[in-house]
Amino acid sequence: MATIRIPPVLRPKTGGEPQVEAAGSDVGEVLRALTAEHPDTESQLFGEDGELNRYVNVYLNDEDVRVLDGLETAVKDGDTVVILPAMAGGRA
Amino acid sequence: MAIDTERVQTIEEIEPFEAAEEIDGGDVVLIDTREPHEYQEAHLEGGKLVPPGLLADEIATAAPDKSARTILYCRSGNRSAIAAAQLQQLGYENVASMSGGIVQWQEQGLPVVAAHGMTPEQRERYSRHTLLPEVGVDGQVKLLNSKVLLLGAGGLGAPTALYLAAAGVGTIGLVDDDVVDASNLQRQVIHNTERIGEPKTASARKTIEALNPDVDVVEHNCRLDSSNIVELLEQYDVIVDGADNFPTRYLLNDASVRLRKPVVSASILSFDGQISTFVPYEGPCYRCLYPTPPPAELAPSCSANGVLGAMAGTMGLLQANEVLKLVLGIGEPLIGRLLLFEALGTRFTELKVRRDPECPICGENAPEIPDSELGKFPDYELFCAG
Repeated sequence: MATIRIPPVLRPKTGGEPQVEAAGSDVGEVLRALTAEHPDTESQLFGEDGELNRYVNVYLNDEDVRVLDGLETAVKDGDTVVILPAMAGGRA
Repeated sequence: MAIDTERVQTIEEIEPFEAAEEIDGGDVVLIDTREPHEYQEAHLEGGKLVPPGLLADEIATAAPDKSARTILYCRSGNRSAIAAAQLQQLGYENVASMSGGIVQWQEQGLPVVAAHGMTPEQRERYSRHTLLPEVGVDGQVKLLNSKVLLLGAGGLGAPTALYLAAAGVGTIGLVDDDVVDASNLQRQVIHNTERIGEPKTASARKTIEALNPDVDVVEHNCRLDSSNIVELLEQYDVIVDGADNFPTRYLLNDASVRLRKPVVSASILSFDGQISTFVPYEGPCYRCLYPTPPPAELAPSCSANGVLGAMAGTMGLLQANEVLKLVLGIGEPLIGRLLLFEALGTRFTELKVRRDPECPICGENAPEIPDSELGKFPDYELFCAG
């Protein structure tokens, strides 16, 4: 099992949970396990082509999966997958 | 040193406060008649060093006009009195010696320029900085000479500005076109209840000036756009991004990369914050991290969603910490690293951020962009419409 860190903007779609456990042998499978459990997250993470949306960064532990093997990056037990959309708040 | 009383009696002596008035009035040549090591320790602003042994050789350079009002001072008034007499013999017509010297001047609370450009008040004020070997007097002088621009005097900018001001950052520019609202005060600690309705830049200026008179606050009561950003950024050494919207963040990124200005960038929402430091071409830029902005439903604002004040303060102080390190050239700034803070779990997470070779702004093949295109991206219009 891997731990997925849920960003604040997605927490309403995961029942408020800041992190969830999900099974899968690679990043794609882990994220698909999340969207199966919480279907509302699907359109936020994936485009119609099944690829990750460009505005969502996904990290395996501390490394951007874009510089690894993308959604095919292998995931081990105990790994952490961080979902990170850009945030802009500050001045308000 | 023996004093030639014959000569001394014939010269004009003035008290430090009289000298101060004349100096303030201008048109005074001020000569420091001590040794170089004394001068370096502390001297009067504008004072030109002419050591007693070099008077005859150097006075013509320091005071070329023999008819000009010339005031001499030394440590306690003896050497300057002798020098004044010598100058009169050399044909100087309007010479005075300051009685009591710089010692009495300082006893009367008048300002001096101390070693490395710090006054005694500054030495006291910043002593907890200068005691740090990594900062020292030289580092503090760097801070006093630094110019930092803050985008936003709000949730992030308020705490950042307070600590930069306390640290003695010499010039703080504030960009904000908003006014203080009661709902700001839960986190924007630079403002206060009496200032509700005032422009945030004016309110922040008052607080900063009360905290530290060394700081020059520059108010930019406007919003950044592609017509003003380049001119604005050029005036500063480090930029602090606490903007509340993506177009401004991309605009700032594009302009700062072009001008090679470091940007400390944080954002906050609810209980979560993130921060990184973008130093153009040394590390990734904002577009390397976030190539495109999220759609509106994934980009909520604090005003709609709430934010924990102490979390905003934490992120603001992390920004101040980054700025101080950049100015001082010490430590390891968050270049190529994104630090996440989750206040509820009290958890910090560090992620690696790499330069994108395909980055449209800082990548190897990035095109030249005209000013009018700064901050834009392919789906800009679409994004704004959404």
